[in-house]
Amino acid sequence: MSTTETTAAVELSTVTKRFDDVVAVDSIDLEIADGEFFAMLGPSGCGKTTTLRMIAGLEFPTEGSLKIFGEEVGTLPPNKRPVNTVFQNYALFPHMNVIQNVGFGLKMQGVSKSEIATRANEAIELVQLGALTKRKPNQLSGGQQQRVALARALVNKPKVLLLDEPLGALDLKLRQEMQGELKSLQRELGVSFVFVTHDQEEALTMSDRIAVMHAGKLLQVGSAEELYDRPVNRFVADFIGQTNLVDATVSDDSTIVLANGTKINAPNPHPAGTKVAMSLRPESITIGEPDEIPDEFVPTSLRGQVTNVTYLGHSHVYTVSVDWMPLEVRTNATPTSVVYEPGSQVAIWWDRRSDWVVPDEGYGT
Amino acid sequence: MSSNKQLKGAAKNVLGFNAILVYIFFYAPIALLVLFSFSDDDLVGRWGGFTLRWYEAFADNEQVQSALTISIRVAVVSTLVSVVLGTMAALALERYRFRGNTFFDALLYLPVIVPDVTMAVMMLLFFAAGRDLLDALFGISFAKGVATVTLSHIAFSISFVSIVVRARISGMSQRLEEAAQDLYATRFQSFRYVTLPLILPGVVGGALLSLTLSLDDVVITQFAAGPGSTTLPVFVFGLIRRGVTPLINAVSVVMLAISVVLVVLSLVAQRARDGSAL
Repeated sequence: MSTTETTAAVELSTVTKRFDDVVAVDSIDLEIADGEFFAMLGPSGCGKTTTLRMIAGLEFPTEGSLKIFGEEVGTLPPNKRPVNTVFQNYALFPHMNVIQNVGFGLKMQGVSKSEIATRANEAIELVQLGALTKRKPNQLSGGQQQRVALARALVNKPKVLLLDEPLGALDLKLRQEMQGELKSLQRELGVSFVFVTHDQEEALTMSDRIAVMHAGKLLQVGSAEELYDRPVNRFVADFIGQTNLVDATVSDDSTIVLANGTKINAPNPHPAGTKVAMSLRPESITIGEPDEIPDEFVPTSLRGQVTNVTYLGHSHVYTVSVDWMPLEVRTNATPTSVVYEPGSQVAIWWDRRSDWVVPDEGYGT
Repeated sequence: MSSNKQLKGAAKNVLGFNAILVYIFFYAPIALLVLFSFSDDDLVGRWGGFTLRWYEAFADNEQVQSALTISIRVAVVSTLVSVVLGTMAALALERYRFRGNTFFDALLYLPVIVPDVTMAVMMLLFFAAGRDLLDALFGISFAKGVATVTLSHIAFSISFVSIVVRARISGMSQRLEEAAQDLYATRFQSFRYVTLPLILPGVVGGALLSLTLSLDDVVITQFAAGPGSTTLPVFVFGLIRRGVTPLINAVSVVMLAISVVLVVLSLVAQRARDGSAL
């Protein structure tokens, strides 16, 4: 967040984790700033949870260095690290009630009984669980258990809070509510939240920055806008939001050639001759009659046939077949908008600033 | 349709009748044993009116008293040792992957399936070989006695304790121990405050099972015993050979009562707080 030369909350340099022969995390470099809401995003098995567990101290890196506020913690056990974790499925102690669960960390640190009581109650207030202090975890709903897990971690005033798919077990409505609460809690406390999720929407809505991981590798780190508008490769383009990936070849610095020979001005340069993909977001494309393409969009237009239309209330999603591949086009649905039936011959065009060319890689390479 | 219904009804009756037969088969001998332990007649199987004199004889008989004391000592010591070792073995097998894990896993069940007599002979050989070896190496000599009986009981009890405790551990998420360590608990504290309370029903269940097995064992004990280490079941077995008196009935009823209480406690302990371990 801040651009001054401050120590990173968490710093990973060439961190690798191998389980026997399997490389779970492959030489990752990553800096997480103090006070940042940071998400690690990727499909299951991409190494994001392993990375989080290494920061927590529940796994140790096979290679590389891992620092928390400048201090090397590579093989420091979890109880010696200034971080706390909200576990997936919460891992609340079933034999303890809410207040005992929340006070556990303080008790282990030898904090006096009266202070434990005060601080545990404060934490319980913070997550709005006041009336339930004497309940056992199995007498709580999923959302309440989630709050206990949060309070149990936050009561220790961690320098970094780690969250492993914390909202995964909640239903949609509760999840959206908790997203907002987590975000405001993080702002209020000002500590870094490092958050693991496979849900890109969750990552986009909540985080200051997002790290996209795939097959143990860190593909891209950036803000939601950076990832969405300027993905570094095909995988990121495909994983973040929905997009059309049109195969192409680079002919020179500023031009790419599509499969049907159409030449398109590329916004970002790639070496001549390489195979690339043009990422074109469905909402950036305009659909219209074949003869009504505005002059300035002629170089970035294609002709095709509508094969399918889906009405989503606020928008129409068309599948337009442009003789070598289908493309998705999304238009806002207004009472006056023209709807093209399947079979219609149409033209599609887009602003040349809204396409983005990515190297044809990123899947397991 | 109707014939089907009739058939079903008939099947139900037959099955119900069968169940009654089975229960009679199970419990008639026990009922007879209890009944005749109150019989005022010197012959075991003849009813001579109600008396408590066999229980008085049981209380007055010094041999019986000494056998009972030895039985309890052996049971308590072997249970304490096998609960600690068995729980540790269960934790190791359930929580860590190491070389030969599956091998040790299978070995753990062996004492449960090996016939008592085989186990007894193994123990006999083991103690004989051990005695020779210790004598040859260090000049230490020991005789078979309470110590060897206790050792042999530990040998078979560990397996039972481990199996019961493991069932409990496998139902408990490892995340809980990780959470404890994440919340500043040392490994020992995480065992003390999280693991142990959660597996305690299993440990108590295993302990009671071990007590029962130790108090009931005849075959292995007989092979491992020496002078002055006669346990109650072995004593009863000896009585039978010398001629059966209703005293045996009384002793047996007492043993039965102890076993039943222990087994019931063990089941209750294992059921306790079931489902609370995530």
